[in-house]
Amino acid sequence: MRAFSYECASSIETAAKAAASTDGAKFIAGGTNLLDLMKLEIETPTHLIDVNGLGLDRIEPTPEGGLRIGALVRNTDLAADERIRRDYGLLSRALLAGASGQLRNRATTAGNLLQRTRCPYFYDTNQPCNKRQPGSGCAAIAGFSRQLGVVGVSDACIATHPGDMAVAMRALDAVIETIRADGTTRSIPIADFHRLPGKTPDIEHVLERGELITAVVLPKPMGGKHIYRKVRDRASYAFALVSVGAIVQPDGTGRIAVGGIAPKPWRDEAAEKELPRGAKAASTRLLADARPTEQNAFKITLVERMLSAVLAEARG
Amino acid sequence: MQSPGALEISRRDLLVASAATVTVAGAPSLAHSQTNTPEASTGTNVSFTVNGERLELELDNRTTLLDALREHLYLTGTKKGCDHGQCGACTVLVDGRRINACLTLAVMHEGGSITTIEGLGQPGNLHPMQAAFVEHDGFQCGYCTPGQICSSVAMLEEISANIPSHVTDDLMAPAEITAAEIRERMSGNICRCGAYSNIVEAITEVAGRKT
Repeated sequence: MRAFSYECASSIETAAKAAASTDGAKFIAGGTNLLDLMKLEIETPTHLIDVNGLGLDRIEPTPEGGLRIGALVRNTDLAADERIRRDYGLLSRALLAGASGQLRNRATTAGNLLQRTRCPYFYDTNQPCNKRQPGSGCAAIAGFSRQLGVVGVSDACIATHPGDMAVAMRALDAVIETIRADGTTRSIPIADFHRLPGKTPDIEHVLERGELITAVVLPKPMGGKHIYRKVRDRASYAFALVSVGAIVQPDGTGRIAVGGIAPKPWRDEAAEKELPRGAKAASTRLLADARPTEQNAFKITLVERMLSAVLAEARG
Repeated sequence: MQSPGALEISRRDLLVASAATVTVAGAPSLAHSQTNTPEASTGTNVSFTVNGERLELELDNRTTLLDALREHLYLTGTKKGCDHGQCGACTVLVDGRRINACLTLAVMHEGGSITTIEGLGQPGNLHPMQAAFVEHDGFQCGYCTPGQICSSVAMLEEISANIPSHVTDDLMAPAEITAAEIRERMSGNICRCGAYSNIVEAITEVAGRKT
């Protein structure tokens, strides 16, 4: 790990300002992904701004009838919150399907959105990787790609967003609230938050330098049946091959977001219109632009079958 | 010829002695630590409570909580397995919750309260979970065991606090203590000897005594 200086932020304004004005600065909250990457010198911040003391750890009702989740609410606390369990079961389920009890106790809501890919070539510093070292190439496309993306990918990168929580947040149309270095705030719909790789896979989201996530806002409860289904190589404590987050209404309409297949939670409102016609119609539309490798083409079939299972569960 | 017992003691002494040597040689004072810019120090003073004892340490910012416990405080019960949050051998309790000590910086725990396996129980005064692991043979090589025990103690508290899990059928129902729940909730602790079934039996016994 490279040496770095360290400070505890005293307010969200000073944290954002310090992050923008200090070269090599990064925020640290749970640290479960950042420290992992710092040990491998994939992340090499020269200054860490600890935001854990900023009090962004509450879940509060919004005037619109939704919930505002503080950026520092731990995964365990979010999954266990009674309002989340009752009205946003999909989010509870997604969180509980991810990581381990120990990690969920530390990992935060904002940090989870910003976690980086688990592509093995991103982690292996002996291999070329356009995300880790822009312009070096992608070893994954012709490499072991079973775990990697099939849609939204590019010739430069086929890495996936590895998380579960963001899949649920995407289906729920969550909005990410931030503060910028100049003190202004903004709200970013999660659909616009993560960027597709294109030619710059090293740029993964739309946050500006120093911009700090302060909360994630959920709209008012939308009813329906909440289902999160995850297929992975072991029964627990593994990243998804494919995960499906769904909210299905009694009339057969619904929302579907898919994880494990793309650089961001994958959702297409046009595909959702096909849901009453069944899983095949919806998944065909959802994956119309897919370009899988030989090793991960199975994910196309898997998405359709999981969607079929989800729709059957919703009916049952 | 040396008896196996004597050999074990000498190995332990050697470990403590070499850890102390490393610390003396490898922990320069803050004034001498590397800096990126003239004003930016790469070391920090931190104070927290470990197993009931208030401690102050002067640490390189890079020091994980795991390394602070093992290399600076010589609490070597907490084990370093993967050092990347994948195995759970480093599980300790911080402010009552189980976390991976390898994936958190010691300087982030100012004022915190840390409990390690040494704080849970001692020879002659075992924590019920430690006694149950012995009783049910919940280990073979023993390397993952301190993490398994710290994790299982906190895991039962999580069930008591009605925190659901991936295998909980009804999110609105009270959390139950079943073998399936224990297995899912303990999935962050890997045992490469494969003592899982005995670990589940040990935890089940302690859980039964609690309820």
